[in-house]
This record gives sequence, C-alpha cells and structure tokens, in this order.
Amino acid sequence: MNKEYIIRNLKAILGRAYPRVIAANREYSWIIADIILPLLSVIAYGTLYKFLGASKDFLGFAVLGGAMSAFWLNVLWDMASQLYWEKMSGNLQLYILSPISLVSILLGMSIGGMLATSLRAAATLIVGTFIFKLDFSLINITQLLLVFFLTLAALYGLGMMLASLYLIWGREAWHLSEFFQEPVYLVSGMYFPVKFLGKVGFFSSLIPLTVGLDGLRQLLFKEGATFGFLSVNIEILILIILTVIYALLAIYYLKKMEYLARKEGKLTIRWE
Amino acid sequence: MDDSISIKTENLGRIYKKEGGVLEALKNININVNRGEIFGLLGPNGAGKTTLIKILTTLLLPSSGKAYVLGYDVETETLKIREKINMVSGGEWAGYGILTVRENLWMFSQFYGIPTKKAKREIDKYLEIFGLEEDANTKISKLSTGMRQKMNIIRGILSNPEVLFLDEPTLGLDVQIARTVRSFIKVWMKEKEGRTILLTTHYLNEADELCNRIAIIDNGEIHALDTPQGLKKILKNKIMYSVELERESYLNLKELPYTTKFTVNPLKDGKIEVKFQIQDENKIVDIFNYLKNNGFNLVSFRKREPTLEDVFIEIVGKEFKEDE
Repeated sequence: MNKEYIIRNLKAILGRAYPRVIAANREYSWIIADIILPLLSVIAYGTLYKFLGASKDFLGFAVLGGAMSAFWLNVLWDMASQLYWEKMSGNLQLYILSPISLVSILLGMSIGGMLATSLRAAATLIVGTFIFKLDFSLINITQLLLVFFLTLAALYGLGMMLASLYLIWGREAWHLSEFFQEPVYLVSGMYFPVKFLGKVGFFSSLIPLTVGLDGLRQLLFKEGATFGFLSVNIEILILIILTVIYALLAIYYLKKMEYLARKEGKLTIRWE
Repeated sequence: MDDSISIKTENLGRIYKKEGGVLEALKNININVNRGEIFGLLGPNGAGKTTLIKILTTLLLPSSGKAYVLGYDVETETLKIREKINMVSGGEWAGYGILTVRENLWMFSQFYGIPTKKAKREIDKYLEIFGLEEDANTKISKLSTGMRQKMNIIRGILSNPEVLFLDEPTLGLDVQIARTVRSFIKVWMKEKEGRTILLTTHYLNEADELCNRIAIIDNGEIHALDTPQGLKKILKNKIMYSVELERESYLNLKELPYTTKFTVNPLKDGKIEVKFQIQDENKIVDIFNYLKNNGFNLVSFRKREPTLEDVFIEIVGKEFKEDE
C-alpha cells in the first residue's frame, strides 16, 4: 500500500462524509424525526417514572436513551440500507470503479453520519435536560469519552457490516431494518437500565448500544452504577471486542459483496 | 502487450445464469483498441455492449477468455486499471441530490485523490466549457436530464483518464445537447495525445461521426470491425434507393419485387419512407409501377450513399431497431 493510495483513500473518506454533514444543514426534516419523535418517547417514559416515584436519574436514563437512539436510527436507515440505495442511484458502480477501497466509502458515510447525528443527539440531550432539569454527576471523563467513542465505533462497524449484507441478501433485507428497529429499543434498554432484563442483557450485549448506554449511564448519573449491568471496565472491553469483530466482518463482507457484484453482475446494476 | 494498444480481448466470453439456463451475453470477443482512437461498439440494446464495457472497467468478471486494459489484466490488476480509466453512462443518476453540481463533482474528484485546489480549478474550467457555470451552485436534483449528463461527462474526465468508457453517452438527450457532447468528445481527444475512448452507442450517426473504427456487435458476437468508410465499402456494389410514398392508412408494404434489404419507416402525415437495394438499376421503373398499382403514390425518390444502418442490415441480416 503506497502513500498515494493512502492519501487517496483519506480524501475519499472526506469526500463521502461531506454529503452526510451537508444534508444536516440543508434538510430540516431531521428535527422532527430525530429530536421531536425521540423526545415524545422520552417524555412518555419520564412521565411514567415520575408517576411511579422513580429517582430523577431515571429521567436522565430515558433522555440519554432518546439521544442515543438517533445513532441507532442513523445506523439502521442511513448505513445498513445505504449500499442498496447507492446501487439504485448508480453510485455503487462508480464507487467500485474508483481506485479506492470500498471501506473508505463506508468509513466516510460513518464519519459523516456520526458528525451529523451527534448534533441531533446533542439537541435531544439539551432539550431533555432543560425539560426534566436533569442533574449529571461526571464520574470519570476518560472512561466516559472512551465508552462513547467505542460505542459509536462498534455501532457504525455493525452498520458497515449490515450495509454489505443487506445488499447481498437483496431488497427484502431492507425490511429487516423495520423488523430490528423497535425490538432493539427494548433489548438494549434504550429507555431503562438493561439490568432489569436479566439474562437477556447478555445476548443483547452483541448490540453495542446495550453496553454503551449502560456504561454512559453509570458514568453520567449518581445512581447509574447501582443500576449498572456490568462493570464499566468490562463494558469497555466488550465494546473493544465488538468494534474489532464488526470492523473485520464489515471488511470481509464488503470484499465478498464486490466479488459477487463482479461475478454475478447483479449487485451494481440497478434494475437487477 | 504492445504499448500502442489500449484495450485487448482474447476469446472473451460472458454468461449470465438465468432461470432454466444461461444467457450467453458475449461470445469469443477478440478486439484490439489502439491508443489514441475512438473505438465504437455499435449494436442494438441487448447486443452485449454494456457487458463488454463492464468487464473492461473491472465491474464484471469474464466467464472465459482474457481482457487487458493498458496492459493490465481486468481480473487481477483492478486497482492499476481503475487508476487510469473512467466511465460515463447514458441516463446516469449518480451523485447526491442534496449537493450542488460543484459539490458533487468535487466529491467524485476526491475518489481519485485530486487535490482540492486543482479539482476546483478543473471543475470551473469544464463547467464553463459545458455552459453550466451559472448552475454550479444548483442542487443536482433540480437539473434537467441534459444538464445532468453534461455534469456526468465532467465527472468522467476530471480524473484525466487514459481510457474513457462512454456507454451510450447521448442516450435520451435532445439534439442540441447531444451535439455539444459529441463536439466535446472530439476536442477532448485532440487535447492530449494517447487518450482512448471506447464508445458504445446505438445511434448510427454518432458512431459514424466520432469513431475511428467500429465493431458491429449483435447477440454477443462481433460481426464486423473496420473504419466507418471500410464498413460502408462492403456495400460498394449495391445500388440503394430511398423513396417517399403516400398511401391509404390501411395499406402496408410487405414485399417489394426486385429488391433486397428493404425497410419501411413511417413519416409524418401518414407517409412512409422505403429504403431498398437493387441489383439491376433498370428494374426501378418496374418497382415504381408495382408501388403505384398497389396504392402507393410516389412523392420523391433518391439514389443514396450507404449508411452504417445499411451496413448493419447487410451484416447482421436484420433491421437496426433501437428498442430491440
């Protein structure tokens, strides 16, 4: 791999991230989809917690879940399904034709998606904090940043892997996004501590959001550790393992997808 | 591989698996495309043109045989080929509607590692050439088909490819824009020595105007390969006529005695144009009489030079239909 190739791929990452970031400034429908709708769920859970007399930190758990749900929606709808849409628009064949790795394209999508979604997640968090007058207790900022960025890395690694798989499986796979969306809210403990799910939590730890959210709650709220599923260090370890596994699988399936595209001639032709 | 050759195929074949069998899209294709030439692949839809382009641009693997671009094997040396080529297809809707023309072009330039400053300079240069400078900041979702295709052509040449693949580049464009695209192709080829274009088209006039050599392809096979003039020489001993006729609407011309390769094209006002070849020029009066006796009134007639369409009919044995 020479220097020129590396620079070209870095530029490709930047190039492909650009539309994602720009879209956030030009399309304002996301304010409804990514802030107001999650906030409605947050308000519903917040009202329930208030009614049940739960501690104020539970409101914080729900607000944090609402904020992080923006990343899950972004991964599901703008990462996993994206290569399918790229195929339909004719972009996919131009990506394959370019002298770069397809991994750079997906990394560009991921980074652009993360940046744009961070803005949305932050907006939910700020509005939620204002509505419920939340109290944060910053336990360990290093661990907090580590958990947050590892959650995103593992989550977008999962998205990159699904992007190739959706394309290989065909258009029907797109319905998987609809199928996955709501159950993941439940099993990952998006609006409540996953500890309450018992052993289900071990299985749902394959979804980076589960351990990521749990870790963030433990590091941001006073009662977070009391309702923690696993220790933060173990959760960091799980997130590192998930990041590596999903990244390797993403690269593997991307290569497989390109091979199948060239062998069968179906994946890059939009009407096939 | 000889340095003067850009593209070479050796017994290249490609099959597609279909329900209940296989479709042989390409059969033993052997072509050599020279550096510096515009090489045309002329054939109807489904002839195998796009399959061949997809193999040469590394988007598709051959099922048999070999293909080389600039001396590199399309199966194993994909990166080396991709660094030096680009492709533009007709009816292409690539890019992102949310981005402007300039932003889209910049994005694609990054995939070829072009420094931003240089990319912006080149983009502005080509936008001006194509008369798109006023639309540079328009979102591409707002562009007409013609404007979008001009942008696609700019995308294809921004990376300064040694070999440019143009797959039906003027498909669906109005006459004026198609003319602009064709003029630009000629200028671009002259701008730098050694550039090669492989052009697929089912517009016969386009192939005639642009190409140094043309391969006539149908059903996955190359039927003839020569310069446009060379191909037309195949018909040098044939006498060709084009006649315009008026008729009652219910009348159809199904046969015409003394002629071969006759085709009928409907014109405006219910008129038809009939093209045919004859061996014996003395028979033309008999033909006109036959037409008159069968309800067709002669409006005009002319003896004409052979076109690539005639060559296609002569070689492939059927009429060249764009919607085939």
